[in-house]
Amino acid sequence: MSSAETPLLRADGLTKFYGSRTGCLDVSLNLYEGEVLAIVGESGSGKSTLLSLLSMQMEPTRGHVHYRMRDGEMRDLASLSEAECRLLLRTDWGFVHQDARLGLRMGVSAGGNVGERLMAIGWRNYGRIRHEATDWLARVEIDGGRIDDPPSTFSGGMRQRLQIAKNLVTKPRLVFMDEPTGGLDVSVQARLLDLVRGLVEDLGLAAIIVTHDLAVARLLSHRLMVMKAGRVIETGLTDQVLDDPREPYTQLLVSSVLQV
Amino acid sequence: MPPSSTTPALDIHAVAKTFVMHLRGGAQLPVVRGASFVVEAGECVVLGGPSGAGKSSVLKMIFGNYRTDAGHIRVASSGGIVDVASASPREIIALRRSTLGYVSQFLRVIPRISALDLVIAAAIETGADMDTASNRATRLLCRLNLPERLWHLPPATFSGGEQQRINIARGFAAERPILLLDEPTASLDAANRDVVAELVAEQKAKGAAVLGIFHDDDVRRVVADRIVDITRFSA
Repeated sequence: MSSAETPLLRADGLTKFYGSRTGCLDVSLNLYEGEVLAIVGESGSGKSTLLSLLSMQMEPTRGHVHYRMRDGEMRDLASLSEAECRLLLRTDWGFVHQDARLGLRMGVSAGGNVGERLMAIGWRNYGRIRHEATDWLARVEIDGGRIDDPPSTFSGGMRQRLQIAKNLVTKPRLVFMDEPTGGLDVSVQARLLDLVRGLVEDLGLAAIIVTHDLAVARLLSHRLMVMKAGRVIETGLTDQVLDDPREPYTQLLVSSVLQV
Repeated sequence: MPPSSTTPALDIHAVAKTFVMHLRGGAQLPVVRGASFVVEAGECVVLGGPSGAGKSSVLKMIFGNYRTDAGHIRVASSGGIVDVASASPREIIALRRSTLGYVSQFLRVIPRISALDLVIAAAIETGADMDTASNRATRLLCRLNLPERLWHLPPATFSGGEQQRINIARGFAAERPILLLDEPTASLDAANRDVVAELVAEQKAKGAAVLGIFHDDDVRRVVADRIVDITRFSA
C-alpha cells in the first residue's frame, strides 16, 4: 500500500512572479498514481504558469516540487542533476503541447518523431523501433501508410495524435497536457478526447491537464482545481466542483457554459 | 472498523445542506436539515415527498457530487466505514468504484463508444471479467428492450428513453452493495418500468441496499420496503 499512499508528485507553496506581476501564488497539491487532475480557469488565471512550474519548464520564485522516482524515492526536482532531469523528461514524463509544432519535429517523419524518444532511452535496433512506432501510430489511429510522412503534411488533429503517441511510447507515469484540444474542430476534439480518455484508463497514467473547457475537465479528470488571478480558489472531486460549485467565481464559470 | 452484520449499509445522520447562490446576491437556498435515516443491506428505501423537497439532493450528497454542510454520511464498504461528508476525493472515487452505484435518468454520452460497450465497461469497473461483463450487458439490454440494431452504435443520437435504458443497464451491470436510483423509471413505458422493478428486486435478493426516488406509485408499491418522507427534514 505504501506506494499507493505516497503521492507521485507533490507541490508545496509554488509561487512565480514575473517582475511585479503574479504568475501563480502559493499553490500546493498532491497527485497520486493513475489520477487525472484538471486545472481550469480563464486565460491569465495562472494555470499555464503552474503547469510550467510543475513540469520543470520554468523555475519557481518560491516553493518546491517533489516527484517519486522509479526507485521509489521522493526527490526535490530542484535537486536533480541535468542528466536526471533529461532522463525524467524523456522517459517518465510526457508533455502534450496545445501547439503540436512545439512537441514535434515538423520536418522529421512521423515514425522518426516517435522513434526519437525510444532512441533517447537507448533503443538501437531499427526494426524494433519501426515496429514499435507503427504500433503506436495505430493506437492513436494514424494510418501506418503515413509513417514516413512528416507531420507538416498532417491535419491538426493528426498532429495532436502523433504528439500523444510520441509522448506515450516510453510508457511514462505522468503526462502534462496544455489545452490538448485547443484550436481543433469540435468533431476532431471529440475523437481526441475519447482517445486520451481510453489511453489514460488503459495505461493507468497520472495526468495534469490544463484547460479552459469545463466539458474536457469533466470527461477526463477525477479532480479539479479552479484558478483565478494566480491562486487556486476551489478544488475537489470534478463532478462535485462542477455540480455544486461553492465559490462565486466557480459558480460564474459553471453557469457561463452554454448548454446544448 | 470493518462493517459488521449489524452495521447499516448506509447511515445518514443529521445531514444539512444549503445552497448559496452567489450570482443571486448570495441568496440562500436551504435544502435539508437534520436528515437522519438508515438503509440496511437487502432492503429498498424510497425517499418520499413532493418535487423540490430535496430528495435528489440527498442522493447526490450520498454519492458525493453535492457537498454536505453538516452531519455524517457513513457508508459501509469492504475497506471499512467511510464518511462521504468528510472523505477526500480519492476516498470517494474508491468508494464509487467498490460500493456506491448511482443511476439517474440522464446518460452522459461519451463520443464514439457504443451502447453495448458502455454497459460492458460499467460491469468491468466492478471487477467482472470480459465474458461475464458482456453476458450481463447483453442480457440487460435485451430485458430492457433496447433494439439490437442500436447496440453497436454510440448513443448520442438515441431518443431520451433509449439513452435512459442504457443508463439503467449500466447501473445494474455494475453490481455494487449500494445502489442509488434517481427516478430511473421516469418516462419509461409500463413494460420497461416492470423490468426495472424486477431488477431492483433481484439486487435486493442479492443483498444490495437500494435507496431510490420513484414518482410512479405502481413501481414504488412494488419495490419499497419503507418510505422515508424527506419533508420531515425540510430546512
